[in-house]
Order: sequence, then C-alpha cells, then structure tokens
Amino acid sequence: MKANLTLAREDIVRLCERVEGAQTRAYAIPKLTDEYPAMTIADGYAVQSELRRRFIAQGHRLVGWKAGLTSKAKMQQMGVDVPSIGFLTDRMARPENSAISTCDLVHPRVECEVAFVLKKELRGPGCSREDVLAATDYVVPAVEIIDSRFSGFKFDLASVVADNGSSARFVAGGRARYAEELDLRTLGVVLEKNGEMVAMGASGAVLGHPTEAIAMLVNILAEMDEHLPAGSFVMSGGITEAVAVKPGDNVVARFQELGSVSMRFVE
Amino acid sequence: MDDNKITQYGDELYEAWLARRTVPPLREREPDITIEDAYRIQERFVARRVAAGETIVGKKIGATSKPVQDFLGVYQPDFGMLTSGMVYQEGDTIDLGTLIQPKAEAELAFVLKQDLQGPGVTAMDVIRATDYVLACFEIVDSRVTDWNIKIQDTVADNASCGVYVLGRTKGDPRKLDITLAGMLVEKNGELFSTGVGAAVQGSPANAVAWLANTLGTLGIPFKAGEVILSGSQSALVPVADGDELVCTVGGLGSCRVKFSGRSAA
Repeated sequence: MKANLTLAREDIVRLCERVEGAQTRAYAIPKLTDEYPAMTIADGYAVQSELRRRFIAQGHRLVGWKAGLTSKAKMQQMGVDVPSIGFLTDRMARPENSAISTCDLVHPRVECEVAFVLKKELRGPGCSREDVLAATDYVVPAVEIIDSRFSGFKFDLASVVADNGSSARFVAGGRARYAEELDLRTLGVVLEKNGEMVAMGASGAVLGHPTEAIAMLVNILAEMDEHLPAGSFVMSGGITEAVAVKPGDNVVARFQELGSVSMRFVE
Repeated sequence: MDDNKITQYGDELYEAWLARRTVPPLREREPDITIEDAYRIQERFVARRVAAGETIVGKKIGATSKPVQDFLGVYQPDFGMLTSGMVYQEGDTIDLGTLIQPKAEAELAFVLKQDLQGPGVTAMDVIRATDYVLACFEIVDSRVTDWNIKIQDTVADNASCGVYVLGRTKGDPRKLDITLAGMLVEKNGELFSTGVGAAVQGSPANAVAWLANTLGTLGIPFKAGEVILSGSQSALVPVADGDELVCTVGGLGSCRVKFSGRSAA
C-alpha cells in the first residue's frame, strides 16, 4: 500500500488537518481530490492513519474498526473490488436508546450492521472467514451513523478513506449472541424511522457473508502493519442502504435473532 | 361491465394462457374497467382451467410491497388462485417453454391445517391455523403483452400467476420469526438480492390475514391443506435457460429450482 503513495508528508498532514477540522467542527469541505487529483487510495489511508494518530494523542481510545462499501452495488459504483475501512474510537460510541445530537454532524445517515467483538487477535494477510469466526467472542446488532464531510455528497474513494470512511457515531445494543449459533448469511433486518419501515435486507447483503468483510478488513490492516487486538469491536458494513436522519427522528433497527437497537436524534 | 364481456375477456385470457401468447392490456380496450370487473374476469379464467381438469389448491397474494403498489397504482394487495397444474417441488427443472415471459419471486408459503374464514381474521389466527411454512419461489408470468399492466390487467390475469415451487423443509411459525426472517436469493451461485419477511405488509401473516378477510367478504374460506403464497420478499429475478435459483429463509431453509428451454415471448 505504501508503494502507491503520491502525497508528501506535509500534504498528508495538511489534508489530515482539513479533515479533522471538518469532523470536529461539523462543516462540509470539497473532496480532497479537487486539490490533489492524483491522490490514491493509499494516500487516503495515509491521511486516515494520521487522523487516528492525532485522535489517540488527544486521548481518544481506539475501540475497533469498520468496513464500508461492502455491498456489490456500492463497490461497482466506486469501481473497487475490496471494501474500505475506518477506525472507531470511544468518542464515536453512543449508548442504546440515547438522544444523539446532530449539531456536531454534517449530513448524518444511519445503516444497520452486524458487529463482531473479538476474543482473540486477528492478523492478516491471509485472514479467512473461518479465522474470523474462531476469533469472535460474540456478535451484536449495531447502527452506524455515517457522515460524509464532503459537500453535496460529491466524493471519490480516496477522499472517503481519508475522511475515515465517513465514520461518525455508532450504537451497538440488542442481544449478544455466539456467532456459531446463528446463520450469519440470512439474518433479516428492518430499519424503522418514526415507526415506518425505511430499509430492509438480510445480512448476506454484505459480501455474501459478514465474516467475509471482517476478513478483508483484517487483510487491509495487514497492509498497514496493523491488526485487530483481542477485544476489538468491528462493524462489518451496511446491510441496508443508508437513510438520512434529522433532529426529531426516532430510529429502531430490528434484527432477526439479535433483538433491536434504538436511538433518537436531537438538535 | 356486462356478463358477456366478463366471459369474453376471461375466455380470451384462458386461450392466451393455453396457447402461450399475449393479449393487449384490457384497460386500454375497456377504459372504465374496475377492479371488481377484473376479479370477475379472473374467476372466469380460472373456471376454464378447472373445467379443463385442474383443481384449486390455494391462493397467491400479490402487490404486497410499496414499490409494486406504486407501480400498479394501488394501495392494497391483490390475489389470484393457485391450481394443481402450477405446482413444482424443490429441485425440479421448469421448462420455460411452458411459460410466456416469466420472472421469479422469493416468498414464504403457508400451508393451512384448519379452515380460515374471514372477515375478522387477525395475524394471530393465521399462525394458529398454519400447519407449516415453506421457502418458495413463485414464477410470475403475464398473459399481457410486455408486462404492460396496471392493477385491472394483472387481477384479470389471475394476478400474473405462472407456476410455483415449494421448498421441502417445513417451518413452524411458532418457532420461526417470520417477520424478521431474512431472505437471500442466489442466482447461479451468486447473491442476487436480499429481503426480509417484514417487506410483505409488515409481516407475511398480515398479508395472509388480509386475504382471508378479503375472501371472507365474498364468502370464500381458506380450506385446510391449502397453500397460500404470501407475497414477494425479493426483487423480481429474470430467468433463462440453464439458470439455477436458490432462496434461503433465515431459520427455515431453502428452495432450489432450475430452468431450461425458452419462454414463448
């Protein structure tokens, strides 16, 4: 991945500061490739790594990772054949059934995911679905609140990766289950907003099997000399399409076998 | 619409079905046709099939999702009759030459152990009266040229019913979450689409209750042993010679079907 770096160190720091500003003060910025048209996905990860380093230096705790662009349709749309990944910190976590403020978000959207909590570390390359299952303590249902910081939803993969895969907030909850007791391909999911069903699907929508997304995530991490330590919380990617939310909205995600996750959005 | 016309259109659809050819949309020839007229035409179409030796073995519910209702211009489901000539079993190969312009939908089928007579039927009554549920494909087909249908056209055409395929694994709706059970549809080994029971009227049991009540007002009960196809949980799947489809319902099981030959249109 380092081989495809085109940005100099000072450019990486500059772009990181731009993304950090947009994320922490909730404003939209033009996509980064407007200024750096040759920017690669590796450059995007270099900016994301710098952002992660800064947040950790400020006292944020790294709690896990997320996979994005995990549906075939989204990958084709972006012209890629692997998911993108982003990191998750304690500052992004919100409790189940809480009021989530949107005043520090740009254009938040919610999607339903199966999340994995690890009991053993996972290292790539060569991480397989079986490795993921063997390292999993339990799975839980989760709602990811994504928030692209790019104006007018205009972005490309390098910019999205630099923006930490649009990660913003997440809510895990429902019912923890042993992965081996479930068929992780066929878990049905219904996303309701204000009592109305707005998105639906089954967990196999994520690369045919959510563990596939986790395995790919671990292999991408390996390219950055990173791994998932035991205890990591990992979200495997949106089963449903992302749905826009605004203050006043109540959201409930209902999962077969895993219970539900609810939250409400406020100013 | 007068009885002669009802008979005429019902016969026309029956003949088209028999010869595997299509007819122009009825609504273009009869701009004032109502949904009630369309159900009377359907009754005639099905009566011709029964007179030719088939029996009625169940019902299908269609237009259960919002996108399909928006397309057809209705705000309620519709229904058609399942006849003995439509039944296939898990693993069968369907000869596309027997169909006109088929597409597949993945659904949950209910098999009843008790009669169910509306009106006044709730989803709880449906579960009580259900012997078991099965993963199922309905192969919809239209006797209307190029699927150029609105609600009256499809209702008259027996709700665009073609044939159906039942899975073998029986599920007890008291043990299975039919509302949140996921639906995975694979075509030739690749994921085609996913869905969930709730996509059908909030729950497939709601759709079955709706039909029990709708037929109840016409004095028609569901009979023990009948099969009720509760409505599509997937996107429509185009099918061609050599295709293999599998649908899998979370917590239940799957239904597999193959296709060979060429359809008429």
